[in-house]
Amino acid sequence: MMLNAFLLALREIRNNLMRAGLTTLGIVIGVGAVILMVTLGAGANSRVTSDIATMGNNLLVVFPGQRNGPPTAVTPFDMSIVDAIQRDIPGLAEVVPELAVNGVAVNGNHNHSTQIDGTNNSYLRSRNWAITYGRGFSPAEILAGKSVCILGETVRHDLFGDQIPIGERIRINKVTCEVIGLLEAKGTSSFGQDMDEVVLMPLKAVQRKLAGNTQVNVIRVSVAEAGEMHHASDAIERLMRERRHILPGQAEDFTVQDMQEITQIVQGVTGILTAFLSAVAAISLLVGGIGIMNIMLVSVTERTREIGIRLAIGARERDVLLQFLIEAVVMSASGGIVGILLGLAGSFAIARALSIPFIFQPGIVVIAVLFAAGVGVAFGYFPARRAARLDPIEALRHE
Amino acid sequence: MADAPLIELRRVAKVYGSGEAQVAALAGIDLSIHDGEFVAVMGPSGSGKSTCMNILGCLDAPTAGHYLFRGTDVSSLTRDQRALLRRHYLGFVFQGFNLLKRTTALENLELPLIYRGVARAERRRLSLDTLAKVGLTGRENHTAAELSGGQQQRVAIARALVASPSVVFADEPTGNLDTAKSHEIMQLLKTLNAEQKLTIVLVTHEEDVAAYASRQVRFRDGLIESDTATLQSQKVGRP
Repeated sequence: MMLNAFLLALREIRNNLMRAGLTTLGIVIGVGAVILMVTLGAGANSRVTSDIATMGNNLLVVFPGQRNGPPTAVTPFDMSIVDAIQRDIPGLAEVVPELAVNGVAVNGNHNHSTQIDGTNNSYLRSRNWAITYGRGFSPAEILAGKSVCILGETVRHDLFGDQIPIGERIRINKVTCEVIGLLEAKGTSSFGQDMDEVVLMPLKAVQRKLAGNTQVNVIRVSVAEAGEMHHASDAIERLMRERRHILPGQAEDFTVQDMQEITQIVQGVTGILTAFLSAVAAISLLVGGIGIMNIMLVSVTERTREIGIRLAIGARERDVLLQFLIEAVVMSASGGIVGILLGLAGSFAIARALSIPFIFQPGIVVIAVLFAAGVGVAFGYFPARRAARLDPIEALRHE
Repeated sequence: MADAPLIELRRVAKVYGSGEAQVAALAGIDLSIHDGEFVAVMGPSGSGKSTCMNILGCLDAPTAGHYLFRGTDVSSLTRDQRALLRRHYLGFVFQGFNLLKRTTALENLELPLIYRGVARAERRRLSLDTLAKVGLTGRENHTAAELSGGQQQRVAIARALVASPSVVFADEPTGNLDTAKSHEIMQLLKTLNAEQKLTIVLVTHEEDVAAYASRQVRFRDGLIESDTATLQSQKVGRP
């Protein structure tokens, strides 16, 4: 009986490829769209999170002035504070001084306006940023503030095209500078910032030759243990208050910002994004489901007469139902499989194009297929049952 | 009569609706049909001939009375039991042909054999043989849409025959055909009756169609008005 029902079901599908194709297409679209949505959503989410991680692990950012306070004249930082932090506060992985100035880098007739960052090698370590060609700063270069520079990929490309300019000399503002290293390309961050738009020089070189002062704009502190962030932040605040002679109760003229907090905010935002995408996915699943439902209802109504013929010829209600059930299962299963393949292939391709990671989400695949197949089977089966319970005469009269 | 009738209706009645709206489509009829007979059931619309046909074809159950098929009372069978009876013993030809759409002649013929569980090779052989019998050799792989009305009705007749039923019920089989095709179809049925001893019960309201049958039964107002068979067949069951 099972075998015969299979035979009848497959014949019916083969003889009505258009109808079967439309039903299957509904399932393909439902399943594919959901998989696409959710996979891309997860990829985008993970991209944002990993971008935050590239800013540095467990990062505290210390800068002069109050973030939201009035713009008052404040004492800038200098290297003595950096040294004091490094010396007096335990549990810190890196303390990175930075002095950023705007400058124009010139090679022959190519010039490129960019940000010149005066710092040291800890800058690279704290960001896990590799040098692809050449080397980092030597201790002597740091100490003496020699005019050497490391170029970001965007700057290198603008000045030198396809060349690898190790040992070449460029001018930055009025300073002649030797290229000693090239940074690994990082691309655009999810915040739309070109991370390769940078030139690194020893801090002292920027201070003396470009800025003409001994200041430090910002100190980035990476804390060894994530759990020690608050502790480290408090210790830095105490140290700074003391060194800058801020009386108890008096407002600080500097800010210690915990990047973990920012990370949490951003993750909150991407969480909302994920929820939104899931809602879109749920809607597309629902729409796909309604599509399947429609075509099933229409085709069963159209097939009432066929059911009448089968009943008259000697099919029992259960013979008809088994056949319809098998048809629905075969179409749902094949639609589900094609939907999974298309959804995964599509999200793989789009993820590549958007350079976000492709993250396979088995849960949503299962949910999408179960839902689509459930809708397909339910709406193939129940109207068929109604028709199979009709008197054969009545079903035959159906136009 | 030497042998027991193939079909015997005893005081069969069919009432539709309930209460005030009750309509008696059949008011208690007696009818016997023997193996090898070719019976035309006639009557104006509303006379009860279609209701009688549906009961005979086990598509419907009577509200009262008894229907004996080869001596077995089948009037109180369940839906599924009636379906099995149809599957194994009855064949149907309809006015509207009722072939499966987008399905070849051969597959339409195989359908009742599949329900009967006939094996593949045997199914194919029987189907091809039967198609040849109704003169459709070479049309095995045509779908209904590719066949003329007459050819479609031949396929339908072949489908009714293919499982060697005890009786074939034909409900207005010429209703959708022109006169020439009607006569071809009736000639075919008559030949099948004569040569293969196929029992045929035919419903029609056309005299010249009914004339092909060897016996005519006329209905009026839910009762049998006349029967060209010998009068005793009407009176056997009535003391």
